[in-house]
Amino acid sequence: MLSYVVRRLFHTLIVLFGISLIVFFAIRLTGDPAVAMFQGAGEPSKEALDQIRKALGLDKPLWQQYLLFIGDMLTGDMGVSFRNQQPVLQLIMERMGATLTLAFAGIFVAVLIAFPVGILSAVKRGSFMDMFGRIFSLIGISFPNFWLAIMLILIFAVNLQWLPASGYNGFEYLILPAISLGLILSGVLARLIRSSMLDVLHQHYIRTARAKGVAEWVVIIRHALRNALIPTITFLGLQFGALLGGVVILEQVFSWPGVGRLVIDAINDRDYPLVQGSVLILAFMLMLVNLFVDLLYGIIDPRIKLGRERS
Amino acid sequence: MKTEAPLSMNAMIPLVADTPKSKEWQRVLRRFVRNPGALVGGVLVLMAVLFALASPWLAPFDPNAGSLTERLAAPSFTGEAAGHILGADAVGRDLLSRIIYGARISLFVGIASVALSAVIGVTVGLVAGYFGGWVDDVLMRIADIKLAFPFILLAILVMAIFGTGLGKLILVLGVTGWVGFGRIVRGQVLTIKELEYVQAARSIGATHFRILGKHILPNVMSPIIVLSTLSIATNILLEAGLTFLGLGVDPSIPSWGGMLADGRIYISTAWWVATFPGVAIMLTVLGFNLLGDWLRDELDPNLRV
Repeated sequence: MLSYVVRRLFHTLIVLFGISLIVFFAIRLTGDPAVAMFQGAGEPSKEALDQIRKALGLDKPLWQQYLLFIGDMLTGDMGVSFRNQQPVLQLIMERMGATLTLAFAGIFVAVLIAFPVGILSAVKRGSFMDMFGRIFSLIGISFPNFWLAIMLILIFAVNLQWLPASGYNGFEYLILPAISLGLILSGVLARLIRSSMLDVLHQHYIRTARAKGVAEWVVIIRHALRNALIPTITFLGLQFGALLGGVVILEQVFSWPGVGRLVIDAINDRDYPLVQGSVLILAFMLMLVNLFVDLLYGIIDPRIKLGRERS
Repeated sequence: MKTEAPLSMNAMIPLVADTPKSKEWQRVLRRFVRNPGALVGGVLVLMAVLFALASPWLAPFDPNAGSLTERLAAPSFTGEAAGHILGADAVGRDLLSRIIYGARISLFVGIASVALSAVIGVTVGLVAGYFGGWVDDVLMRIADIKLAFPFILLAILVMAIFGTGLGKLILVLGVTGWVGFGRIVRGQVLTIKELEYVQAARSIGATHFRILGKHILPNVMSPIIVLSTLSIATNILLEAGLTFLGLGVDPSIPSWGGMLADGRIYISTAWWVATFPGVAIMLTVLGFNLLGDWLRDELDPNLRV
């Protein structure tokens, strides 16, 4: 188990190295931060530009800049933002809370809706409930989440005036963004829970459990759902990237002060250290989530022994 | 009379060969028509295609001609006299006409980007699965990097480098979307390459290229078709999302995502501007999803639930 985790972490490092290369060179292709700093302030002189480039360390050869960046990263130093001179890590951490709150609230809403809908759909296969569940999930995966967000704002903020349309000032500000994110995710999740439950419900051990006279809800929850959870959790882990994408767009719609808006602004400002730092942190989080998901398998299904080569 | 027998024999040959195939098609068509989901999906996709191909004839107004007197005119079904069925936008352009023209962008981006992803992904999957070894390792590590890089950030970064525009958008979606195809094809190839008919082809000296193209590729087509249909749905949503963020299609071209972004500002005064483009996106994406679900059930019995 431990060697498995170590191997996976090593693997994560290689992927992060690849991402660091891509983001380092890609952000340098977007334009010159020195020029970006003078935007709207007239034509800068060549000397002024050179001076700024020197101050930002951009006068050094690229390979040297990359080695410095990697060296700093290894010591936990992500550098200082070009734009506002604050440490990158601090800027990201200040915003991360808002992004994670929205992401987890979205997952919570999705789980709250998807589990009952998916399970009932599978158990009552072919019934009216199943039809409703399937239509609900199909419509759920066909919505653009930002459109749903706008519609929710129209109904609950503009017309009914029950909830605020945007901002970040307490629980009531979280409700609409979380529902916009969660409803879309619940569509995909309910579909997956339904199909994994259907697979499991046909297994012999379910028939055996029923034959032994185990109560139906125990069969469904303890025997079927537990085994249907594996594909569901894998999926949730893999969806984390897509979820982040949804969060980035919703942060714009709801003026939510999260990492997504920070990165978009940083890319527009050509703030190299901030873009590099945030992309690496987000990618690292994504990979940690997937590792965590793999480790969860062992808990949900003790038959899965991690780290053993399958022949 | 003597010549008649061979003639009728000749005529029989294609008939015998044709019958099972045409019957199979009839069966597929019958199953399609009897499946309400597939039928609805087919009709929705067909409508979007019709909108895209026949937009100049279907659109009641010029999609780019605005009239300031009809600024934010309400839809005619609400009793407004301006004559715009779905209302007008902030510069008085007819929404229905723009939605009809917008189908072109959504479908073109969706289909072209998926075609690009499929070509890259299938090639990578075939090569990685067939040759294995370090080729497989390298290609799959690249896939891992792609999966760990949040798509939206990659898209924003690429658009910041190359600027926005239709072609670049297709390129971004196409180049970033291949991993799903690559993984599915690789998985299938790993199984198929061990099968007897592939071994037989190899033993009679068939080249790798021939084995991959003639013996393996046709047998991995089903999941590719299914994934393509479902990916078109996803990419239409992504295109709308990026255009909504101002990173996709040029704002001067009528596109559903761009219309939604414009309409968002007027949500408290003119609800229709943001509502109807969203409905168009949803119905088109729903159509491709329904069609994809049906195709999966038809083509891939293993995935049938």
